Amino acid sequence: MVDDILVRALLDERLLPIEEPEADFPETPPGGVSLTVRGLTKAFGSHAVLQGVDLHVRSGEFLSVIGKSGSGKSTLLRILAGLDEPNSGDVLFDSLPRAHSSHVARLMFQEPRLLPWARVIDNVEVGLGDRRYEAGAERHALAKLAAVGLESRARDWPSVLSGGQKQRVALARALASRPNVLALDEPLGALDALTRMDMQTLVEQVWQEQGFTAVLVTHDVTEAIVLGDRVVLIEDGVVTLELDVDLPRPRRRGSPEIAALEEQVLRRLFSDAGYVAQGSSS
Amino acid sequence: MSESQITLEQPAAMDVLGASGPRLRHTVRRFLHSNWASWLVPAALLALWQLAAQLGVLPANVLPAPSEVVAAAWRLGANGELAAHIAISAKRAAIGLLIGGGLALAFGLVNGVSRIGERLTDTTFQMIRNIPNLAMVPLVILWFGIEDSARIFLVALGVFFPIYINTYHGIRNVDPHLVEMGRSYGMSRSELLARVILPGALPSIFVGLRYALGIMWLTLIVAETIAANAGIGYMAMSAREFMQLDVVVLSILLYAALGKLADSVARLLERATLQWHPAFQRVTKEG
Repeated sequence: MVDDILVRALLDERLLPIEEPEADFPETPPGGVSLTVRGLTKAFGSHAVLQGVDLHVRSGEFLSVIGKSGSGKSTLLRILAGLDEPNSGDVLFDSLPRAHSSHVARLMFQEPRLLPWARVIDNVEVGLGDRRYEAGAERHALAKLAAVGLESRARDWPSVLSGGQKQRVALARALASRPNVLALDEPLGALDALTRMDMQTLVEQVWQEQGFTAVLVTHDVTEAIVLGDRVVLIEDGVVTLELDVDLPRPRRRGSPEIAALEEQVLRRLFSDAGYVAQGSSS
Repeated sequence: MSESQITLEQPAAMDVLGASGPRLRHTVRRFLHSNWASWLVPAALLALWQLAAQLGVLPANVLPAPSEVVAAAWRLGANGELAAHIAISAKRAAIGLLIGGGLALAFGLVNGVSRIGERLTDTTFQMIRNIPNLAMVPLVILWFGIEDSARIFLVALGVFFPIYINTYHGIRNVDPHLVEMGRSYGMSRSELLARVILPGALPSIFVGLRYALGIMWLTLIVAETIAANAGIGYMAMSAREFMQLDVVVLSILLYAALGKLADSVARLLERATLQWHPAFQRVTKEG
């Protein structure tokens, strides 16, 4: 409510007279889509990165993917978002092949990747694609900026923002495209610990509001457990562990339940004894 | 520095009426921080020159006094001759820059974006680049005669390479991560070019432009001293024949002034278009 008033105030300053909000940019959340990954393989040259990944993600689920560097988790994410093509295997959105689906998948990169020569608001409008010239586009972009708490920085250049603020703008840009799937490739990896916790809360909050399916790749086991409905571990290009995180939100870091799950994942990660936790998927 | 400031200023701060010392120092400091300070050294040199000429240290047949050069400028300015020469030189420079710079921008763009374009033309450009453009003078005179087109050709040739190379490298150095981001958000090729690639290459293109402006005047000076019948270079050459040293010096100074003017315009453009760049921002970062 307050956000709405703020957005209007900002807008009034910029484009007068204000036009009636268009139905083209609905306020309703975009919602999620279920993901099915079957037998996915990908090799770069002779180096096999993914070696038959099978995965199912329910619509609106928050899936955390962890694994050591080079395990193929980023490649999996890039394929989900359509930036890379697999060598074989399928990616289905609600049982339709990715290419034929009208659902939107967005990737949030490790770096913010903002255009330094475009003001914050124009960077958010990049997320609108061809629709950024339509009436109501600016209002929509400003609303997304407000959703990440940066509406007051709309006219700033990205270079004056802090690392965390830049990543928030990147999140607003992704939200502006109304994604049904949001793939997050360690977007919080470069942030300091406190900013990181803020961002985790923000990501959880927009995910709950917008209802998209989220796939988060991270190195940080705690982050994976705090945010995920389920945690999967990828090792050498295959899924080796699936673990349901059946804890109420918002979750408290440092609670015994989280610590226990963390312990379980870490033991699996660092033991060669073949300890496999049967968390099972649903 | 700070310590000496404190010891000097403390007694002066108490002395309200006789505060001319620190006030002067304050004025001097303000002047040194203003844009005018960059003209301090040229002005001092000019004063020194005038003094040397008046004292006879500098004979008039070596270098006339600045006042005589100003008088020559006044004389030639009054009968419109000066303006005509400047206009002709400026026109040649502008047309040459437009043709050479335009082609350079186009080729730099195409070769920066497309491997095929680069393979087809870059080797040729790199070979031609190594020929000093003024070495072409005899050939150019044979091709174009002593018409204006010969001079414009030389200018265009001279400005082409710095703009081409810097455009090309600017485009090649655009962050591929940004291009990938643009693509992932569904930008078309032309959109990528307009919103990601060109803005990214712009700082580099400006570097090329400023280099090119220097070469533009250099080429023009030489080209205008060869068989021209108008222009600043011609003015200098014909003045030499009549031993009008003041006019010769005036022409040289005119080149300096025009060169500075062109560079200032380029800087203004740069500042206007690169506001986003931290190097051109006057707003300070918030804490």
